[in-house]
Amino acid sequence: MVKDLSIQELEERFQEKINKDIKIEPNDWMPDDYRQTLIRQISQHAHSEIVGMLPEGNWITRAPNLRRKAVLLAKVQDEAGHGLYLYSAAETLGADREETIDDLHSGKAKYSSIFNYPTLTWADMGAIGWLVDGAAIMNQVPLCRCSYGPYARAMVRVCKEESFHQRQGFEIMAHLAQGSPEQKAMAQDALNRFWWPALMMFGPNDAESKHTLQSMKWKIKRHTNDELRQQFVDVTVPQAEMIGLTIPDKDLKFNEKTGHYEFGEINWDEFWNVVKGNGPCNKDRVETRRKAKENGAWVREAALAYSEKRQNRKSA
Amino acid sequence: MSKKEWPLWEVFIRSKAGLNHKHVGSLRAADAEMAIDNARDVYTRRSEGISIWVVPSAQITASDPTDADALFEPANTKIYRHPTFYDVPDGISHM
Amino acid sequence: MNKELFEYVLRVGDDSLILGQRLSEWCGHGPILEEDIALTNIALDLIGQATNLFEYASQIEGGKRSADQLAFLRFDREYRNLLLVEQPNGDFGDTIMRQFLFDAFRKPFFERLTFCTDMQLSGIAEKSLKETKYHLKHSSEWVIRLGDGTEESHNRIQNSLDSLWRYTDELFFENDVDASLLNEYHLPILSDVKQEWIKNVENVLNEATLTIPNNNWQFKGGREGLHSEHLGKILAEMQYMQRAYPNMEW
Repeated sequence: MVKDLSIQELEERFQEKINKDIKIEPNDWMPDDYRQTLIRQISQHAHSEIVGMLPEGNWITRAPNLRRKAVLLAKVQDEAGHGLYLYSAAETLGADREETIDDLHSGKAKYSSIFNYPTLTWADMGAIGWLVDGAAIMNQVPLCRCSYGPYARAMVRVCKEESFHQRQGFEIMAHLAQGSPEQKAMAQDALNRFWWPALMMFGPNDAESKHTLQSMKWKIKRHTNDELRQQFVDVTVPQAEMIGLTIPDKDLKFNEKTGHYEFGEINWDEFWNVVKGNGPCNKDRVETRRKAKENGAWVREAALAYSEKRQNRKSA
Repeated sequence: MSKKEWPLWEVFIRSKAGLNHKHVGSLRAADAEMAIDNARDVYTRRSEGISIWVVPSAQITASDPTDADALFEPANTKIYRHPTFYDVPDGISHM
Repeated sequence: MNKELFEYVLRVGDDSLILGQRLSEWCGHGPILEEDIALTNIALDLIGQATNLFEYASQIEGGKRSADQLAFLRFDREYRNLLLVEQPNGDFGDTIMRQFLFDAFRKPFFERLTFCTDMQLSGIAEKSLKETKYHLKHSSEWVIRLGDGTEESHNRIQNSLDSLWRYTDELFFENDVDASLLNEYHLPILSDVKQEWIKNVENVLNEATLTIPNNNWQFKGGREGLHSEHLGKILAEMQYMQRAYPNMEW
């Protein structure tokens, strides 16, 4: 039984299971680092969904017509749902949801830095759906096969629901690109502002990425940052061309030999600064979430107090 | 501010008449009614269900994964419980 | 065109639209994730109702204006919604009390509207009724939780009730529009709706240990286009795109 096995033997058995593509479930033995890596990744992912509600939420009350309003509302609501699925997956590893959220509010936990950029026009709703959700899907589809069962299952649900998100964004962009000169300019401006931050979403270059190797061995991650980024560029560039928008990269060109696009150098200085808190909206985003929790404290307490009162009445 | 959180609930959904309720995930709620409401809003936004069960997560007793060998392996050798174990001559039907 | 019927449909549509707009302000700011999702679901139902109603209104008008033009391009004095639904979200208690007082009106209203002789309107009422029943369940449960929860929540939601009560008489306001349509279309008689409303409201407030305020000074005007200052700001935000970029498709 477990007690008789050394840590080394347990780790070997664990890795054997991973190699055989057997899913790890909450109560199974797992190395502490595996647990911590997952908690970090899943909670960051959950925070990204929740903070990610804000830049788009910024335009719900200003959506230009009834259909767009309903779609955007439903989309942002889905993100709340996805955050919830992910927090639940993290809870199966012993990470208490409210404590995890407090780590976000204190600045200890990170989230995707794309959400620290402002949404300035309606076209940004298109750019976010098309590029940001597009990049997210590229990251998430392989996570449906992640070795940790609850995370993989949450991702299956998320991916299924998210398939409409990218489409609605692209639809907005395509519509604008074919619209009036003001609308086309609005779409191009949104693409200009979100293109590079979208490429940054895949994280640092493989050489700089400290977690990638171990995560791949554990099958938490299936592809490297650079592989996914390349894949994203390869599928997105023709989409932009199709609707008549220009990718803001003068070094972008198709390499016939490799069959891939070559693209310019990402501004890593900007990336690391936004990660560290120097993005245009970092403070606002976290502060907004912190306030929502603080302003809701009396509500959560009241519901609990009422439930206790009622139980006491029942048992009395 | 109180540190106390709403309890965790496990959610089971029957997707259509004739099927079992299936575990779909969990959520937080202060009481059972709220858990049902929240399950409806969180897990059936795309018509995924026609009936919901919620159970406080703390009420679930799970088997110990380290007992898995003892619990489940003995069944693997009892192949005679499966119909394919038996030879039925050609030409016999309805069996 | 039937001007009275057009006006009547706009009333119902404007109530849904403005409250939906208000609730959508909560998205991303709810007291807990689960409730954030719940409020957004209600907002989505309301915007869906508004869409159906404006499409019908547009049809009554002979297609002169589209549903979106009706929703986004009228002037302040042309909106026919209740003052109650345009009140600010305030804290969660204010939002829930506003919702409860409205849902408790909408349920008996839609129940009766399903019997109206106009098939389109009765069809919309039938669909909306199902949604409203859930909204009322949700808001009633919350009123009770907050009223009978902690001392703080009790005081807060009692305050919400005190400040919103003055907008409740208007729920049952009738004018020439009602008088001219009532018999022909078999529309809800609002005095009947009021009886059911008050019974339900009293029951829930009672269970929530809340008291109806003594001050019964009441405001009205929404049904005739006379609004509070809040509506202008709601419209400034909601109509921004349509006003800034006229005649464009989105």
